[in-house]
Formats: sequence, structure tokens, C-alpha cells
Amino acid sequence: MAVQAAVTLRRVAKTYRTGAIDVPALKDVTLEVPSQRFSTLIGASGSGKTTLLNLVGCIDVPTSGTLEVCGQIVAKLNADEMADFRARNIGFIFQNFSLVPVLSAYENVEYPLLLVGVKGNERRERTLEMLTAVGLAEYAERRPNELSGGQKQRVAIARALVKRPSLVLADEPTANLDSATGAAILDLMRRVQAEFRTTFIFASHDPQLISHADDIFCIRDGRIVKPDTGAAQ
Amino acid sequence: MSFLWKIVARNILRNRRRSLMTGSAVAAGAMGMLLFGGYVAQIFAGLETASVQRNGHLTVFHSGYFLFGPGNPAAYGIDHYRDVMTLIEEDPVLEPMINVLTPTQSVVGIAGNFSGAIDASKTFVGEGFIPSDRNRMQQWDELHTGSIKLPDHRMADEAQGRGLVGFGLARMLGLCAPLKLPACPAMPATADISPGRVGALPDSSLVVLARQDAAGTAGESPAGPRLDLLGATASGAPNVVSLAVAGVERQGVRELDDNFIAMHLSLAQELVYGRGEHKATGIVLQLKHTSDMPAARARLMSLFRQHNLRLEIKDFADLNPFYGQVVGMFSGIFLFIALVMGTIVLFAVVNTMTMNVLERTNEIGTTRAMGVRPGGIRMQFMSEGMLIGALGTAFGTCAAIALAFAVNHAGLTWSPPGNASPVPLRISMPGHPPALIAGTWIALVLVATLAAAIPANRAARLSVVDALRHI
Repeated sequence: MAVQAAVTLRRVAKTYRTGAIDVPALKDVTLEVPSQRFSTLIGASGSGKTTLLNLVGCIDVPTSGTLEVCGQIVAKLNADEMADFRARNIGFIFQNFSLVPVLSAYENVEYPLLLVGVKGNERRERTLEMLTAVGLAEYAERRPNELSGGQKQRVAIARALVKRPSLVLADEPTANLDSATGAAILDLMRRVQAEFRTTFIFASHDPQLISHADDIFCIRDGRIVKPDTGAAQ
Repeated sequence: MSFLWKIVARNILRNRRRSLMTGSAVAAGAMGMLLFGGYVAQIFAGLETASVQRNGHLTVFHSGYFLFGPGNPAAYGIDHYRDVMTLIEEDPVLEPMINVLTPTQSVVGIAGNFSGAIDASKTFVGEGFIPSDRNRMQQWDELHTGSIKLPDHRMADEAQGRGLVGFGLARMLGLCAPLKLPACPAMPATADISPGRVGALPDSSLVVLARQDAAGTAGESPAGPRLDLLGATASGAPNVVSLAVAGVERQGVRELDDNFIAMHLSLAQELVYGRGEHKATGIVLQLKHTSDMPAARARLMSLFRQHNLRLEIKDFADLNPFYGQVVGMFSGIFLFIALVMGTIVLFAVVNTMTMNVLERTNEIGTTRAMGVRPGGIRMQFMSEGMLIGALGTAFGTCAAIALAFAVNHAGLTWSPPGNASPVPLRISMPGHPPALIAGTWIALVLVATLAAAIPANRAARLSVVDALRHI
């Protein structure tokens, strides 16, 4: 049985304009990312990994081509619809954790549920359940500045998963962590991915993370290439 | 507390010093507007009270009096004024509104003091009234200005020949010494004045008439000095009455102080109408509440139309153009100060919110990526501006109330323009007028919110990708 695609890109290109110069970041990318898998996007700095993740995360739009995320053609959405789509379907894990500093760990995890309108008790239960899943139930009332780097990233993972999104995107999630903490975070992500059957897409250089991936997509100079060969797919 | 307000409040506390400085600017703006507004309100209240105490709220005149009558009060008297007063007094609509209803008689003429060595005369502007009614009118203080005057017993209803003169007029007519007025120079002896002028005085027509008509009454009586008042009757004949000067009544405006004579209504009528039918120049209505003025005016007009009376009605602002000028001037100054304060608040909030947006750009990118709409970001920053504005204005209001309380209880006095005697220096706060506090609060909160809208819009329009890249 064929695995259904969580993300489909057809001849997608993204060009940035810097002053009078056009800088192509992605060139003619065609790709299908299977759902409920642990997929990794690898490539050197400046190869276009983050640009691709931004497009898949619906926080940027392609210059040309068709992008379909969770069955939705992204180009048809306006700014508000795209925000609502992200709120319902996509979770983000950032390299620098990006927690809201004025909110406690509990409130940071609760925030996405408020955006999708989950009510009182259910919201509380799901927030605590997710904090427990990442091992931070006893740190629920702490602010981000009272947490270590690993704890912050666990809160970020809980925040990304609490709304049970179809897709979680992580850009270098272990880059700011030491190797032991990075390994623990990787185990945690693998575990929750299996538990919640979510599609995970990572952009990473981390060989440890790459070794855990179900699928590996390699990007070079804005094009998808076969891993290790450098040949275009 | 909603999640939005939780974030808003915590973000304000996050940059305590910056928020405090901005809030202080808003508070200072609120304080400035409220204190000056309260002071202006007190000036307006003081002016209104002084006008109403003196002229009542409404005065009924013979039609055309206001334009032409002061030059010839005799020709513009109200016929059968007592019947008109009865009509007004017994009207069921007007009766509950009226505090004092009283007739007045204006008179112009020449006042002379030819007693002893003094030969002095001066044109005067006189006002005849019923002393007890005037004393009642001076107790009116609906606006609680504290400027109630003590009843003046120097004039009395039964002492119809007694009156008061302006301080300047008293000086010019040589009454300083007889009245024992402090800081009032005595008149030089006639021999010290230019001989040519002195020689002409005893033969002047005024002196002759005065001495003929008021023979035996002029000069210093046991009750005090007397003045001869010469006027023209309604028929054009000269007429003289004698006034026993019971004292001086300082007037705030020099021109009036040099010409003013207050006298009993009967004496003024006798001077203007002689033995003919006594009329009145005006019928003064002092109402219990200023807010009744439009209704009372409308009712009076309806009554006059109904009874075919050729009468017109003027309110205290019509009779005292100075009132309107002061109100206009202070309203303009208040508006200018409010604009300056509003501008300070605007720039303070714009500056603070711009810095907040800049510092939280990455956070904006994160929350936008999580699914917060652009409108949600705009709302968050505008709410922060609004909350800073609301807290700053609330603090400024409390400080203004405290300061006003201190000023009001410090026992300070001042002499407003047009007042002869000092009045308490007060700042209307907090109850009067409540619109000032509410208006200031709404205006400054609105300015703070709108000021925040500028950086908030910029935050809402940020590209999510650019915001996430921001360090």
C-alpha cells in the first residue's frame, strides 16, 4: 500500500530579491514527504533547507510551483487563513527554542490550544498530559528563563505537539544543545512521534539525528539530490 | 483574566522602567489637563456665580432696551411691571424654578457733592434695586464656589434714601474723609485748584438746580454724607434726589468703580419718573438651577406672546460679554494645553511601543508561526498601549485629585479679572465637572491606543520569516 504524502511540492521555486539582485534559494523542487514518518532534510548551510521548511510550514510562499500541505494547496490561502491553517495543522520546533518569555512552561504549551479554541478542562488536561509526556510536569509554573536549554526545547516540543498537528517541522532542533541533551531530545521526539503518529520533518546537520530518520532528503544549491551522491533526484 | 491581557500585562511589567517612564508621561499629561481643567472650571463657576448673584439668570426688558435703552432708561421702562411680575410669579411652570424675582431700575445722571468746602460733581451710572432681594440673590451658590457674600445691611428696604457708591466715585466726590475710607486720598481744597475752573462751578446749572431742588437735604447729615443726584425724567425735565451714602462698594472694573451708585429701587424710580407712573427697567429672575434657564426662557417667551407683551429676555451671558470672552479665552488655552499633553503622550507611547516591537520581533515571528493572525499581533500591541495609557491616566487622575485637595485646603485666594475682592483659589475636583475627568481619561487612553497602533501595524505586517530571522 502506498504511503500517503503529508507534503507535496511540484516544481517549486523560491527566489529572494536582494536590492536589484534575484537570489534563487530553491530551484524546481519536486518532492513528496510521506506522512507519519520521521524525515530529515540535510544539506550544507545556505543550501535551502530552511527556505524549504518555511514553505512547508506555510510561513512563506513559493515564487512558482505548487505546494500542497496536509491536502491543502497553500497558494489559495490568504494571510488569516494561512495563520488558521498553521494553528490547526502545523507545529514548529525552533533551534533557539523561541518560547514566549512572559509565559510559564504551562502557558507556553497551552497557547496553541487557545488558538484553536480548545475549552477549559480539556485544554488543561491536554496541556498537563503533554508536559508529563516530555517529563516537565513539575516545571509547569517556571518561566523560560528558569529552565535549562534541554528543558526549554522539551517545552517547545510539547508546544508543537499539544494541538495534535498533522505535521511538525523542526529546524536544527538539537543545534543549541550539548550532545547528551541533544540525544535525549532526539529520543523524546522519536517517542512522541511514534506515540502521536505525527509527521516530523527536520532540517539538520546532526549525524545523530540523521541516523534516526526514516527518510532522508538531501538538498544542495536549492535542488533535491540523492543522499551522498550529489546527483539530482 | 484573558490570555491576551495576561500577555499584555506581563509584557508591560517585563520592561518596568520603560513602561514606568511612559506611564509617567501619560500621568503627567493627565495631571496637567485635569489641574488646569479644574482651575478653568472653577473660574467659569466663579464667573457664573458672580454674574448670577449680581444679574440673576434672566432679565426681562422692554423690547429694544438692550440696544437703545441704556441711553434713555426712562423711555424703555416696563409698564405695569408689578403685573408682569405677578404673571411670572404665579405661573405654575416658572414658580418652582424661581429663587428670586425682583425689579431693577437703571439710571444715569450727574452726582454732586456740594457740602462744606467741597464742590464736586461726576456723571454716574446707577442701579436701583430692592436691598433684601439683592441680599438673597447673593446667597446663590449652586456651583459651590464658596463665594457667598454676607448680607449687606448698609442698605435696607425701609431706608429708601440710602445707597452705596463705587470707591473711585467716592474719591472723586470727596467722600474719602466723611466715609473714613482707608487708602483713599482726601480731596484738595478748592483754592488749590485752578482759579478759572473754581470760579465757574458755583454758577453752573447743575449746582443751581441741585441746590434749589435738594435744599436742606444735601451735605453731611447725621447718618453720613449725602449726594445730590441729577437726572432727566421720562418727560425730559431735570430732577434731583438726595442720596445718603451708606458706604462704598468696590467694583472690579475701574470704569464702573468711578461711576457706580447703588440705590434703593424707589429712589431710582423717583429720579427717573418723578411723580409719574413708576416703571422698572428690568425684572430679574434668579433661578434655583442654571440648567433650568432654557426652559424658563422658553416659558417666559410663551407667556409674553400669550399676553401680547412687548418684552425681551436676556441671560447673564448676554448682559455680561466679559463672561463669554473669559470662557472663550480659557477654553482656547485649555484646548492648547490638552493638545500639547496629547502630543507628549503620543510620542512617548509611539517610542515605547516601537522599541517593544523591535525587541520582540523574534517573538512576533514565533507566535505568527504558531497561528496567531496579523490582527492578533496588532491587538496585542494596541492593548499594551491602551493599558499603559489607562494606568498612567488613572495614576495622573489620583495625583491631580490629591494636589487639588491640597490647593483647595491651603486657604489661598486670588482676584479674578473683574472681581473687586479676592475669592478662594480652588481647583474643581473631582466631582465637578465629572465630564472633565471622564473626558481626559477617554482622550488620553484613546491617544495612547492610537499611538500604539502605528508600531502595532508594523508588527502585524512583519514577514514571519524575517521576524524569525531577527536576532
